Amino acid sequence: MLCDICGKNSATVHLTEIIDNQMNELHLCEECARQKNAEMEHKFGSDLLAGMAETEKFAKEKETVSVICPNCGLSYTNFKKIGRLGCGECYIAFKKYLILLLKRIHGSAQHVGKVPRKTGVALKKKTLLQDLGDKLQAAIKVEDFEEAARIRDRIREIERKKQNIERIA
Amino acid sequence: MQLDDLLNHSSEWLKGTGPNSDVVISSRIRLARNLNKVAFPHWASKKQGERTLQIIQEAILRADYTKKTIIFKLADLDSVDKQFLVERHLMSLEHAQKPNHKAIAIDNEEIISIMINEEDHIRMQVMQSGFNLFEAWNIINRIDDSLALELSFAFLPEWGYLTACPTNTGTGMRGSVMLHLPALVMTRQIDRVLAAVAKLSFATRGLYGEGTQAAGNFFQISNQISLGLSEDENIDNINGLIRQIIEQEHQAREALLSRNRPALEDRINRSLGILKTARIISSQETIELLSMVRVGCDIGMLKDIDRRTINELFIVTQPAHLQKIERKKLLSEERDIKRAEIIRSRLSL
Repeated sequence: MLCDICGKNSATVHLTEIIDNQMNELHLCEECARQKNAEMEHKFGSDLLAGMAETEKFAKEKETVSVICPNCGLSYTNFKKIGRLGCGECYIAFKKYLILLLKRIHGSAQHVGKVPRKTGVALKKKTLLQDLGDKLQAAIKVEDFEEAARIRDRIREIERKKQNIERIA
Repeated sequence: MQLDDLLNHSSEWLKGTGPNSDVVISSRIRLARNLNKVAFPHWASKKQGERTLQIIQEAILRADYTKKTIIFKLADLDSVDKQFLVERHLMSLEHAQKPNHKAIAIDNEEIISIMINEEDHIRMQVMQSGFNLFEAWNIINRIDDSLALELSFAFLPEWGYLTACPTNTGTGMRGSVMLHLPALVMTRQIDRVLAAVAKLSFATRGLYGEGTQAAGNFFQISNQISLGLSEDENIDNINGLIRQIIEQEHQAREALLSRNRPALEDRINRSLGILKTARIISSQETIELLSMVRVGCDIGMLKDIDRRTINELFIVTQPAHLQKIERKKLLSEERDIKRAEIIRSRLSL
């Protein structure tokens, strides 16, 4: 059996993690187990919010450590330490980690309230398209072509509507 | 308007009027907003902080609903001034610390206050007397709209308004209601009520917000969740909870009266007696005794004292207010004497 983290060495350490009542078995090589152990200790040492930011899903991704907000220079590691983001752009830079954190804090990761009067409407359409584009790529990657076709049709529909509006305007 | 002018009139939220004002002192809505692509206050350089302060100050003075506010830079205020604003619930304790690049905008009636460069670039609040969150929301919503025309806020459609701490992300809204619950405390039901409040994901705090103890039977209850619920839904939820607590406090008051009216009347009158005659009194004792006198007003026992007088006494007997009235620094012992003097003069009218 190969190590769940590096996938290279053979697994000699078997760990059971229980997070949110979900039992998770990990089979690791000695080296990855040592690192995992250090991560877990760090997890207990940091404050509550920071602890919430560290999730089982991403703890094993080395990427977490190196993500830095291109706008303000705050690293995700630093955010976990201080519990405060550096600027609004951090939310985009750390997006995939923050989704889980926001769900844990609020029980939801979908805003349903007010939109700023000036910029709101245009922004919403643009990111809907971006969002669909991301989903399309993801579907193609996992070879779910049925889903990809559905997303492609939605994108075409939105773009057609947009062109119609522009033509009228 | 000078800061000292505030001394001569009383804040809107102290009026003692508005719905359910026998139990609810005040209702408050605050919104957190940040400038798009600008580092949050804790992460900003000195220069950025200064620039943010300037941009927001100018926007406030241009925007329709805020152009008549007066802006004070925290660096220009001394420690008594800052504490004075905290005691009037216009400013957080956090804002009073480390004054760099911080300011506060206040309107004449003390309904609106806007903190600049607190935890977020903008923390605006609107206070109303009594149980009136929707009215506070209506006012602050318009203020927010008028500022949004002047400033570009950090916002994502899926996550709403982006804040320094992810606990405020979404609407950036916190609605809080200040309750006076003496009967629930006296009948020892308060722990049960507060436990239920916590279970429903609402927070309870003391008179002065975050990190303060509940004193003199005062409790501030606010929502914790800001993402996944619209402002209206959130306010509806808080209102539903507060209505139940008001109902329980009323029942407890009736139970106290029917079970042992003389004991309650005795306690209220003794409290009033001490307040009217004491020569030295601490701030803690003042709050506890005033709380009992307020019960006397609420149940119609003390007819010649109005609620507004009591509400104001809670505030003017605080340390910074006493020093403002005297126009000089006072030691703790000196304050206790001055406090007793002010209470006697206001209650003898």
